[in-house]
Amino acid sequence: MDYAINEMEQEVLNTTREFAQKKIKPIRAEMDAKEAFSYEMWEEYRKSGLFGLWLPEEYGGLGGGITCLAMAFEELSRACAGLALTPGTSALGAIPMFLAATPEQREKWCPDLASGKKLWAFALTEPEAGSDATALKTTAIKDGDFYVVNGTKHFISTGKEADFYTVAVNTNPARGARGISLLVIEKGTPGFSFGKKEEKMGIRSNPTYELIFDNVRVPRENLLGSEGRGLLYLQETLDYSRPGVAAQAVGIAQGALDTTIPFLRTRKQFGQPIITFQALGHKVAELAAKTEAGRALVYTLTHKMDAEFIPAVRNAIANNTVVHEELKKLKGARWTKYSAEAKLFCSNVAMEVADECVTLCGGIAYMRDFPLEKYMRDAKITQIYEGTVHIQKNEILTALIKEYAAKAEEE
Amino acid sequence: MHILVCVKQTPKSDNVKIDPATGCLIRSGSESAINPFDEYALEEAVTLKEQEGGRVSVITMGPPQAQQVLRDSIARGADEVYQLGDRALAGSDTWSTSYALAKGIEKINGLSPVDLIICGKQTNDSDTGHIGPQISAWLNLPNAAFVKKVIRVSKKSIVVERLTEDGSEVLELPFPCVLSVVKEINKPRVRSVKGRLAAKKATIVTWNADDIQADKTMLGIANCPTKVVKSFTPKHENTATIVEGNNGKEKGTKLVALLKENHFI
Amino acid sequence: MAKADYKNVWVLAEVQRGKLSPTAYELLTAGRKLADELHEKLCAVLLGFEVESFAQDLIERGADCVYICDDVHLEHYIDDVYAKVLNSLVKTYKPNKFLIPATNRGRALSAKTAVFIGTGLTADATDVQIHQEDGQLYATRPTFGGNLMATITCAKTRPEMCSLRPMSYERAVPQPGRKGEIIRFPFDATQHTSLAKFIEFIKNKGNDLDLSEAKVIVAGGRGIGKKEGFQLLAQLAERLGGTVAASRPPVDNGWIDYRYQIGLTGRTVKPKLYIACGISGQIQHMAGMSGADVVVAINKDPNAPIMKTAHYAVEGDLYEVIPAMLESL
Repeated sequence: MDYAINEMEQEVLNTTREFAQKKIKPIRAEMDAKEAFSYEMWEEYRKSGLFGLWLPEEYGGLGGGITCLAMAFEELSRACAGLALTPGTSALGAIPMFLAATPEQREKWCPDLASGKKLWAFALTEPEAGSDATALKTTAIKDGDFYVVNGTKHFISTGKEADFYTVAVNTNPARGARGISLLVIEKGTPGFSFGKKEEKMGIRSNPTYELIFDNVRVPRENLLGSEGRGLLYLQETLDYSRPGVAAQAVGIAQGALDTTIPFLRTRKQFGQPIITFQALGHKVAELAAKTEAGRALVYTLTHKMDAEFIPAVRNAIANNTVVHEELKKLKGARWTKYSAEAKLFCSNVAMEVADECVTLCGGIAYMRDFPLEKYMRDAKITQIYEGTVHIQKNEILTALIKEYAAKAEEE
Repeated sequence: MHILVCVKQTPKSDNVKIDPATGCLIRSGSESAINPFDEYALEEAVTLKEQEGGRVSVITMGPPQAQQVLRDSIARGADEVYQLGDRALAGSDTWSTSYALAKGIEKINGLSPVDLIICGKQTNDSDTGHIGPQISAWLNLPNAAFVKKVIRVSKKSIVVERLTEDGSEVLELPFPCVLSVVKEINKPRVRSVKGRLAAKKATIVTWNADDIQADKTMLGIANCPTKVVKSFTPKHENTATIVEGNNGKEKGTKLVALLKENHFI
Repeated sequence: MAKADYKNVWVLAEVQRGKLSPTAYELLTAGRKLADELHEKLCAVLLGFEVESFAQDLIERGADCVYICDDVHLEHYIDDVYAKVLNSLVKTYKPNKFLIPATNRGRALSAKTAVFIGTGLTADATDVQIHQEDGQLYATRPTFGGNLMATITCAKTRPEMCSLRPMSYERAVPQPGRKGEIIRFPFDATQHTSLAKFIEFIKNKGNDLDLSEAKVIVAGGRGIGKKEGFQLLAQLAERLGGTVAASRPPVDNGWIDYRYQIGLTGRTVKPKLYIACGISGQIQHMAGMSGADVVVAINKDPNAPIMKTAHYAVEGDLYEVIPAMLESL
């Protein structure tokens, strides 16, 4: 279906589709089996300019927006959700920086981010602070021109491989959630080390690590925005990044269908192609419809977001201001509910589609030789990371209650 | 560093079909693309540009449709593109083609001195592998063919490894020089979004035989030394013995028996 | 150029790392036939360092005359140096036809030499004939990836040059005691120059059997489906005392190294037994293995072109057929 995409977005689709075919598909099974990060793929992404799609041309980016980012993530995930995370998590790690950074900080970090020379990662989750981000225990105590950081983050995607980590810390534990701030911590800073490498169900070609901060001295100029406003930036980041996870989920669902339908067309049982058995064929139709519905939801949302995000970025560059401030000036609606709806719906669709596709194809699909069981393993993460399905429901419900309370007051 | 790459628009090899009745080649215009071997030449040039600085120019000889491969070259990272387009060039063999390209390169060299010329190993439509070495002969430059690796580059020279039947040979060539490269040399990148967008807007410089000061008595089908006097489709006879069996296992066993029986193994 | 001044058929005898390449014998077979039909002499050209000892072998295998240019500057192959020596030789002795092996080196050398001489060149021919009426060289070669054969002539200039694909002709057999002339041609260090420098030779790693010498080849194509499939092929090859090889798709997919590629853009082979597994038999591939004595095709698709041209066609899944073969061997 045509989602009224522009020329640039069309070329993003063309590029990432070709990239998925030529670069990702040949190695996805091997990297999944090895549970290894692919440096070669990083280099390929870099050479094809896939890290800077959403960043302004001033920093070497393409000048696209959230739609370009989401489309790329969808098409790459359609081939392999794990390998797609190399640019995916770099964007996630960098979005809070990009939103809250001063012009000087942007100048410093964005060119290497856009070229893909440096990878970024996002570090929020802690052993005791998962869905409840306010419970985080990592502290950053001011000491002259530095913050001294102590604590542990876990389940960090692209851990160890990323160069810069946007880390949620508490700079004022006495104030609780109001003490949460964001710091950019560079790999190699003394006291910053990597702990356990997780062995995962899916997205296995993306390394997941524990980050350990032991009296890590981080310069004050690495603080994003102002102290104590971390939760605000995090919420804004998730508003922009959750449609990306939704797009990834749509890609996984589409990839599972791409594998399943040709098999069902050629596989014969009881003397006929099994797709002609209506019980199976109708199931496929249903799954395809849900996938398309998810896609429609994602791109309707990201196009709306871009209508605000892209001008805000332009203004921030023109006025030498912070993107977050420019967004505030333009913002009519908050995206939280819509982002949560997109992620909730699409991640559930991905899981359902992958699961049903394995059942439809039968025994062969349970085997590693057939590229389908991996979609089922990979799909699961979309229901969990960047907020579980239950957290999305909370977000939606909170927004709904507010909306209807406001309506009731009006009446 | 100024690197010049020679490219050709050729049929996508998978789409080349022969009409069994007439023996003629069935080619449709939309199914042509950059000669696959040239992708490696261009990728190497762009990689060298990224490492060493400088720019990449691309030249092709061909009809107006061949501009498509120049746009594609921009998408792959080239900076400037030149087309030699002239009816006088039509039907040239490798001797005439390499002459015209050499004259075009001389003209580009006059605009900005060329350090390195890179060609693909051969084309997928005529498979000669002549163009690289022949350009080097016309321009009287050192050359190496079947280059599988660039070992190092300095201001004045390039050290390369070329493929031989029994291994490889390392050579040092001073600039300017000509390389023909094989597929092993790199993995061509997928064209970037920026490149694809730039390709649509690119300016193509087109020159005719007079523009490059080529001697017209050396160009085209009427003047080139070699001629195709006959073409035909190779015949294959159906002689196969079908190995029978109910399944793969039975057939495998039967095959071994047949090969043993006839003393082939 | 007065064409009548150009006489005799020349073949380039390639020497690589102190060894005479067997392509020299193949070219002598092709050249002998041409020379006899023209009633002209067959001459071999020998370039290199300390190569004179090969001259008698060339004579015994059919050369009436051997031109030798022997110099330390020719120890390693440098395109310019070799092409300039050949140009000087041609300008001095004026051959009528000149065949060069279409090896990697020969392909490049013939091209550069043809421009220096100012004559036409046909690349990678698989058949050469003398036309009965005009005495011209008719060189036939595959084009468009082997989908079309083209016969090419060079009417106006001499010598008519052609590179000849290895294994297109049988190797000439020696006739002990056969006599011939040896002409030594001086190397001219002031003219036969190049700015390129030879640094070193790196031998192929591994002790893989040389494909062109293999008696049995088990080759895999697109139908292998994955890198690991070649392990199964290697087992079969090992059991049969042969080696594995591939058509182009597995090489393009990175399942196997390019040096195992057989076909128009890879190697040409002539084994006793060629087992093609999951290879459809595109003409580009056939160009490299059609000289095999016996061809076995194992393919799921009974309509694959190779199933028509093979001697034995097995319709089936190679992952079923090959294990069964291994069991019964």
